[in-house]
Order: sequence, then C-alpha cells, then structure tokens
Amino acid sequence: MAQIFHPSTNTISRFSIFGALFAVAGLLWLVLFMNRSYYSTQVNVPREQPVPFSHKHHVSGLGIDCRHCHTSVEESAFAGIPPTKTCMNCHSQIWADAPMLEPVRESYRSNESLEWTRVHDLPDFVYFNHSIHVKKGVGCETCHGRVDQMPLMWKENTLQMEWCWSCHEQPETHLRPRDEVFAMGWKPAESQAELGPKLAAEYNVRSALDCSVCHR
Amino acid sequence: MSSITTAGTKSEKLDLAALRARLASERGPRFWRSLDEIAETDDFVKLLENEFREGSTEWVETLGRRRFLQLMGASLALAGLQGCTRQPPEKIVPAARTPEYAIPGKPRYFATTLRCAGNVQGVLVESHEGRPTKIEGNPEHPASLGATDAFAQASILTLYDPDRSQVVVRAGEISRWTSFLGDLKRHLEAQRLKDGAGLRLLTGTCVSPTLAGQAKQLIAEFPLAKWLSYEPAGHWSAHRGAALAFGEEAHVYYDFAQADVVLSLDADFLTQGAGSVRYTRDFTAKRRAEDHKGPANRLYAAEAMPSSTGAMAEHRLRAKASEMQSIAAHVAARVGASAAQPGELSADAARWVEVAVADLEAHRGRSAVIAGDSQPPAVHALALAINARLGNIGGPVIVIEPIEPVPGDPVGALRELAEEMESGAVDLLVMLGVNPVYDAPADLEFARRLEKVPTRVHLGLYENETARLCQWHIPEAHALEAWSDVRAHDGTASIVQPLIEPLYDGKSAHEVVAAVLGDTGASGYDLVRAQWQAWYEGPASGSKQDSGDFERFWRRSLHDGLIAGTVGKPKKVSISAGLADALDAPTTASGGIEVAFRPDPTVWDGEYSNNGWMQELPKPLTKITWDNVALISPATAERLGLANEDVVELSLNGRSIEGPIWIAPGHADDAVTVTLGYGRTRAGRVGNGAGFDAYALRTSDNFLHAAGVEIRATGRRHPLATTQEHHSMEGRHLVRSASVEAFEADPKIFEHMGHRPGPEMTLYPGHKYEGYAWGMAIDLNSCTGCNACMVACTAENNTPVVGKEQVLAGREMHWIRVDRYYEGSLDDPEMHHQPVMCQHCEDAPCEPVCPVGATVHSSEGLNEMVYNRCVGTRYCSNNCPYKVRRFNFLHYSDYETESLKMLRNPDVTVRTRGVMEKCTYCVQRINAARIDSEKDGREIRDGEIVTACQSVCPAQAIVFGNINDPESRVSRLKKDARSYGLLEELNTRPRTSYLAKVTNRNPELGGADHSDTGHGEGGSRHG
Repeated sequence: MAQIFHPSTNTISRFSIFGALFAVAGLLWLVLFMNRSYYSTQVNVPREQPVPFSHKHHVSGLGIDCRHCHTSVEESAFAGIPPTKTCMNCHSQIWADAPMLEPVRESYRSNESLEWTRVHDLPDFVYFNHSIHVKKGVGCETCHGRVDQMPLMWKENTLQMEWCWSCHEQPETHLRPRDEVFAMGWKPAESQAELGPKLAAEYNVRSALDCSVCHR
Repeated sequence: MSSITTAGTKSEKLDLAALRARLASERGPRFWRSLDEIAETDDFVKLLENEFREGSTEWVETLGRRRFLQLMGASLALAGLQGCTRQPPEKIVPAARTPEYAIPGKPRYFATTLRCAGNVQGVLVESHEGRPTKIEGNPEHPASLGATDAFAQASILTLYDPDRSQVVVRAGEISRWTSFLGDLKRHLEAQRLKDGAGLRLLTGTCVSPTLAGQAKQLIAEFPLAKWLSYEPAGHWSAHRGAALAFGEEAHVYYDFAQADVVLSLDADFLTQGAGSVRYTRDFTAKRRAEDHKGPANRLYAAEAMPSSTGAMAEHRLRAKASEMQSIAAHVAARVGASAAQPGELSADAARWVEVAVADLEAHRGRSAVIAGDSQPPAVHALALAINARLGNIGGPVIVIEPIEPVPGDPVGALRELAEEMESGAVDLLVMLGVNPVYDAPADLEFARRLEKVPTRVHLGLYENETARLCQWHIPEAHALEAWSDVRAHDGTASIVQPLIEPLYDGKSAHEVVAAVLGDTGASGYDLVRAQWQAWYEGPASGSKQDSGDFERFWRRSLHDGLIAGTVGKPKKVSISAGLADALDAPTTASGGIEVAFRPDPTVWDGEYSNNGWMQELPKPLTKITWDNVALISPATAERLGLANEDVVELSLNGRSIEGPIWIAPGHADDAVTVTLGYGRTRAGRVGNGAGFDAYALRTSDNFLHAAGVEIRATGRRHPLATTQEHHSMEGRHLVRSASVEAFEADPKIFEHMGHRPGPEMTLYPGHKYEGYAWGMAIDLNSCTGCNACMVACTAENNTPVVGKEQVLAGREMHWIRVDRYYEGSLDDPEMHHQPVMCQHCEDAPCEPVCPVGATVHSSEGLNEMVYNRCVGTRYCSNNCPYKVRRFNFLHYSDYETESLKMLRNPDVTVRTRGVMEKCTYCVQRINAARIDSEKDGREIRDGEIVTACQSVCPAQAIVFGNINDPESRVSRLKKDARSYGLLEELNTRPRTSYLAKVTNRNPELGGADHSDTGHGEGGSRHG
C-alpha cells in the first residue's frame, strides 16, 4: 500500500510549526513596534494649527521667555496657553494687517477662542503637574526639546509611560539649576553625573514611583 | 410605585416573638443589623455564605452561552486591533480674554450661602475654570463652621441636573421671558385698578431680607394683594409656639455648647432643619471624650420614628407623636412651669420623665428642652416655658427677633388662599419656587382650585406638577446661579453669590417680583446690592462711614460669606401669664393607630426627589434607598401580621394611600410614620415613580399627625432596595461600646473586647515608611450617622449612581458606607453608626491576589488602586474582609450628558465598566498638598490634608493625618485607650482606626448594663 503522506510532509509540518511560532512572535513585535513608532506616537510630526505660530521665530528670533505666554507654568498643573489678548498685545502694533494673523484678530473681535491642536496630549487618566517639575529643576527642554528650533510645534518625546518612568526612577540624570529651567540648549559645565545628585539633594528630589503620583 | 420584581427578595414571614426571645436569651447576639440577621433566615444565611449578594457577581440577563462566546470571540479579535490606533487629536481652547485672577488648572473658592432642606449654611464652592464642582462648608459661617449636611453636598448635582426646566413655557408651548413680561404687564394693569385685590404671591419660607423688602414694596403698591409663604416641612410651628409662649413673635435657637442635659421632644435637631449642622458640631464636641473622661452631656430623646438624634440619645423613650404634648406637660408640671393638667402617662414613660426632670433640674441654666418642627405649637410653647423656668433662656436657649418677615400660620394661610381661589377672588397667582399642587394638604384640592384662577405663573427649577397647571412657567435660577441673600438660624445674614451664569437663562425670585413691581430690567445683583446699601447706610449697621465705604463693606461681605454684625440680638421675653389656658388639652391617645408625616431624611419634602445622589443615599436608620416606606414597630407588625415589603393601604377619613411596610426596631407601637417627598409624577427622570405620595393622606387638620388610621394588607409585595445587609462582615460585631463607668473602672476595656495580634505574627515582610504615613481615626462617639460623608465622597470622587435594580443586586458604588448596628432588644434597641471605607491595611489581603498588580502598596502606606491596570478579576474584592471594594459592572458613569460633564471633579478619573474602585483616602488632595508643600520647601502641616468625608463631617468624627508624626492629631487619637482596629484579629493592620463609643447613661435608668460582653463578638456566626 502506498503511503498516504509524502516524505516531504515531515519537512512541511516542521516548517509550519516553527513558522507559526515566528509568525506569532513577529506579530507581537510588530504591535510593539507600531506602538512606539512615530506614526503612533506622533513624535516629530508637526501639527497643523489655525495660525502657523513659530516658536523658533518668537523664542530664538525675538528672545521671548517661555513664561511670557505660558504664564501659569510655575503655579499650576497646566502651563497655560496664551489668550488671544496676549497675541494682540504685540500684534495690534506689529504685523497688524498680516493676512496670516486674521484668525487671531477675528478671535479678538468676536471674543471667540482660537482652537489650537494639542501637541502634547497626555491621556485623561494621567495627572501631570508642570509647576512641581519646574520647581524641582526639570527644564522645559528636557521634555519639549529645542522649542527654539521648531518653526511649527511638534512632539520631541513619546510621552509614553516608559519615558516618564526613566526620569522618575533616576531624576538626577535630568536636573538642571533652577535659573536654567527656561533656557534652551543648556549644557552642564561639569558632568551631569556630578551635578545631578548635588541638585537632587539641594532641591529635595526623590524618585517618585508610586502609582498615585500620576494616576488618581 | 415602580414594579420591580427581582428574584431573591421574597422572604418568609418572620416569627418576631421568637426573635425577641432569642435576643433576650444569654446566647443571643449583642449587636445586630437586621431582623433577618437575628432570625438567620435562609436569605440571610445565603447572603453570608455567598459573600456577595446573589445576582451581584454574575450576569443574570438572558444572553445564551453560545451568543456570549460569539461576541467574546469577536471582541477579542478586535481588541488586538485597538492597540494600533493613534490617540485622536484634541483641541486646546484658551479664552480670548482671560478673566481676572483666573489661573487655568487651579481651582478657586468662592463663599456663598445655600438654603437646603430648610437649613441655611454658609459654604465655599470649588470652581474649576468657572464651573462649580464641589461644595465645602464655610469655616467663618456660624451655621456651618466648615461642615455641611448631605443636602448641601447634593445641591451641586441639582445645578447640573439635565431634567431642570430650560425654557419659558406658556401653556405647554416654548415661549420667551419678554413675552411673559408683556403678558404680565397687561394683567398688572388690571390689578392696579383694583389695588391688587386679585393678586396673590406664594413663596416658600422667606429668609431673604431682599425678598422681604420687595414684598413690602409689593403690598405698598397693591394694598389689597397678599403674600403668603408655605412649606410642607417648615419651621413655622416653632414660631407659633414662641408666639404662644411669649405673647409676641420671636425666633428661638440653641447653643448646645452650653447644654449639659438636653431633652428632645421628637426633635431631630442633629440632622434636620435650621441650624442642624452647627448644633451637631456643638453637641458632639461635648461627647468626644478625648480626655479619657465620659461625655460631658446627656441626651434624653422621646420620639416615635427612630431618628439620628434618637440614636445618639443615652435614653430614648418610644412615644407616639401625639404623646409629646402630654410628656411636655408632665415635665412642665414637675418643674413648675405650667399649671396645665397633664394627661396620663404609662409607668415606663412616667419613670423616664421623672429621671429626666431630675437631671434637668440639677442642671438649671445648663440644659435645654427642644421640641421638633413636626410637633404642634403647644409643645414648643411648653418647651419654652420649661426652659424659662429652668433659667435656660439666655443660656443654651437663645431668643431673638423673628428672622422671617411672615411667620404666620402657613397652613391656615394656604387654606384661605384655596378658599379664595374657589370663590374666584384670585385673578393672578404668582408661585415662586413652590409646588403646592404636589405638596399642599390634600383637603385643599389645590390642583382643582388652581384651574379656577385666570392667570397662574410658576417659577421653579423643574417643570413640576404645579408648572403643568400654569399658563406661565419660568425656569428658576439655581442658588449657585443667582444673587440673593438669606438669614441663618441665628439671624446672621449673608449674600448668595452666583458661581456660574444661569445655564438655562433662569430667573431668580427677586427678578420675577421686580417684574411684578414693574421693574422689568432689574438684575438680582442690583436688587440685593441696593438692599444692603440701604442697610449699611441706615441705623441698623451701626456704621458711621459715608457711602464711599460701602464698596469695601460689600466686598468684605462677599469674601467672608457673611455680613458682620447681623447676628440676632437677644430679645427680652417672659412667658405670658395665660399660657396654660391658651393650650389645648393634650389629646389623650385614642385607640387605633396613629400616622405621623415627616420630611424624608434624603429627599426632604420633594426638593431632592430628582437628585440621584440623595435617592441612592441609604436613609440613616433603615438603610433603604429609592423608596419611602410606612414604618411600624415590631410589636405592631406582629399584631397586624405584617412583614417587611408587604404593601398596605393606609386609610384616614376617606383618603387612602398604598405603600410598603418596613419594620423599624425602636419605633413607637400603634403608630406608623410615613415620609414625604415621594410618589412624584413630574419630578424628572430620576424621581418619577419612586415611592408613594404621602401628601395624599395629609390634610390641613391632620398636618403633623393623626389618630385612627386603618392599615389593610393588600397581599402584594414591593421589593425594597436596602443596603443594610450588603457588605456584611460575616456577622462579626465591629462596634465597641461601653458605659463611662465601665470605661473608668477599666481603661483597657475596649482593648479586651478584641484581639490584636503582635507585630511578629505575620509572614509578610514589613513596610518601611520614611516620609509620610497616612492614617485615619474615626470617633464613634461623635458620629451621628447623618450620611453627609457619603454624599461628599460621591461628589469629590465622581462616584456613579446605579439605580434601584442595581442596589437590589448589591452593586451600589459608594466608597464609604455608614453601617448601623442595633444593640439589645428588638423593640427598643440602642443604635450605633460606623462609617466604613477602605481601611488601607498594612498587610492588605487584596494586594497579593491581584494578578495584574492593579492594587499596590505605596511608599506612604496607601493601598492604591490603578484603574488602568485593572482587568476586573474581582479577586481583591473577594479577599477584602471589610467589603469596601466596589466593582463597576455596567458602565454606570454617564459619559454622554453634557451638563453632567461639567459636574465632574477634574482631579479624579471617571471610571469605566469592568474596573474595581474604592476609597483612595482622597489621594488627589494628598498630592495637591504635597506639591504645594514641596514648592514652598516645607513639610505638609498637620491638618493641611482634609479628606472629603472629614471636611464635610458636622461632628468632626473623622481625623486624617500623618501617623509618622507622633504629634499629629491622628497619632494622638490612635494612642487613645478607646482606639481599636476593625477585624484586627485578622492582622491586616488597618491604617484606619476607630475610637470606641462611651455612653453616659444615667444610673437612675440603668447605667452600665450593656457593656459587659467580652470580645465584641456576640454573634453566633464567626467566619
């Protein structure tokens, strides 16, 4: 009697068993990869805004301090997005007729808010507080990147939990002196490994790893 | 009544005689929670053995297994894809011009005043970016001192209630305010010609000086018009009693800080009515027993329906509502205050009165006799005569000028109005914030007569029963949306300032009255401000300043939440000579059963019918939610052959109502108490159809109570959603109490009642806490069981409302509950309250069983719940001995309704379906305080973190703080001899501890008879 299965069936079945394992592993890898990809996290993707506001021009070109517009960064959880009034303080004088700024003027006339697209958007179950980070010597640049070189705003870091965690575990690796918090492109004069622990002791910074620090 | 039938609610009839015998026997339990528990009915045993209520943890709908697997398969396949989606872009919307001082992300607090369920309280309202989210007490305000009652907490939900009336309605059609003004003008011109002879204004109890001023103006313009005020559960009988006693109008309030002995005649002064929050603070301050001495006051309470105040009493006398006058007359005769002939008293009652009188006389000038708002004026007059005789007036009893401009007899006035309506004398009836079609006495036939009035105008928060019968309905602005002013129980005036623009363009009563007066453009702000400017510049304020300083005075008053110098000046009064003759003879209890009408402890007179938080709040002693009941005593139930949930027909003088029976241990015999506020037909989606309408039995002659009611069983049953057996801790008894004598004799008595294992008795590695270690202490001596903490927790932590069916299944979501225990006999037990929330155990049984690490121990000792990790295995809840974890079975939070989105506390996650949740010790407040302190470079101060339940507690029974600091208040309380842990024999080492109850019983009435049971476990079933 002839064999039912050809000898090559052995090879095929071995191949498909191992192949299936690899396929599952590959699929898992794909999901994790997708989750960290720029596509998913939107890192380095400039967002379209009602007015193409350039941080590069306002920060490095004109030298305006972060706090001029983000006024509540030192006292509130929310850094604050400037009201139209803040824009108009200057733009009623400078570029007062620029067509690009028409939405700003329209908002000022009608008292209707400008609707900006959020660039740094944490999920609703995360409670982040700007004021305490600024007070503890975490620079704007540490999370937001070189804003002074961004013509349109984009996200520099993923803002995923593993990224937050890396600093919450070892905060001394990212601290800078309080007077340098709002500076862009600051580099420690000595090495961070020496400066960090000193600052951590001075500012009473500890690693903060309890879940309820961010999730309530 | 809604018709809900749920399996497992039907129970066999209880043999009450056997229960009584069991309780009396030596082996009977000392503490018990319900009749089913002592009877060990099948239902109760099943409940204990199953741990969770039947139907609460499984899916009982008719979805088949195959269909379920199909759906699950599809969901699993799709769940994988979900991981690949991107977060959708969100908008960020700054204001075009930022309001002054507004810092986005930081809440602001504004002082205002609320009048909730007849109680005026100064409050501070938390406002996030212009939307009020949480109400706290105003520490400066004399009626609050930082606390509020449950009603004030819930009023924030009423503000955002999607069922509120939103448009002006003319005869069922949407109309406009300007059209109303035009129509009103036409009618007023007709009235002007006849001096307002056909104009009537009906308001609730008026404690607003501005409204009173407007009313005076109205009468000046329309001399023949009338202004009436009616409230179904008002304070009027106290005013009539004062007028009777003193021969002139006066207002009486109490200072319990000065009262060492208190006799309450059917007065639930700790949880109901004007001043109750302040009264609780002063009363409980004297019984905190923190100095290892017993309570410094003693309360005698005579009452029919068990109330929170009665539960606090050392000596409680069960007596029918109609017997109070007789008791008062006996007390008056004994102290020599009245020559009126007292009626007969039973031997027990006579003995009780004798002892109480001796105690009162031993504390002349340091005692108070207080009559309840639901007692007739004669009882109030007698109480005042007794107080005068005992020299209490000017001490604990304070008499001032009346704070209401029309303190007349509201029932008589309403009857007169109804007769005028019948005769056609009323042309234009303006009703402001009232609902007489629903709550007027039934014999006035208000609905029928109302239709005889040609023009009817209604202003109200809801388009309710009355609005339906009016040509004009105007949406009313909520107290958090409008300007007004009010006077508190001691006369202190304060401004009501709005926190938000009216959501639906509502109008305040001031604006409507101004429109009647012809000032159609008046804003509430101008009216209130003008009132106080006139006062400030007048002689009453005592100010010598010129008007330029008014602005500063106004701002100061708004900021402080009260107007300095307005507290009522004590008034010289004397008891009128003819008082004894003026009183009707006490009605000797005629045969038959007596019915008493009482405002409901959660929905009041109907004011909170459509408030889900109040509907789902278990009533303080019965623990019933979503329904009102006819309360009777066990003996009466036995005699009539009735059981819990039996629907009966109550008939009185040809009127009848139907409602379910509930057996209330401690209720007076041969009496039935029904509460008002239910059986609504047009309350809104929450309130419609819940309970039965007790107003249908209440007539103007029988307004408070009436004899001769007939009770007939209908043979039907109505399931009641009571939470008293939910989350039962396996019959172990967790309240510890002892008499002051026993405590003084053996200061370790409470320690001996339980068993605390040593620190070495554990396999868990210990935790180390280097910084803070949070803990809580709860004083059972001061807790009145008022439930304010439950509503405060709901408001702070975005806890959802689940509805009656879900409560029946045992799925209520309250993070904190107040357990009620009975002690002693079935007929006349003592009652204890115990708030229970997550105990934040050091060795928490929930933590090691979570397969996904969703509940973890923090470095400060909090037992944290991480919603995002939770996959809903519910192992933690199974392993929790305290039954404090709540599982969101069915997506209870409302994510859709726009107005409710504004209600949420933005600092707390709104939890979704399939997630376990529980008390967090208000971790959002801990974090806020930690951030503030670290920014200032200092430690968190003791008392800086106040949890929501602690902050609201009128009795200050809850203390929270750092137990690593030996000097903190909570640390000191944990070292107290009364301190014990719940179920500490399990060695979970809870962070929350309780302070045992010390009672100050009078030895004359049997002092230390209850406190001899060892080990606190009288129950027959220990796990």
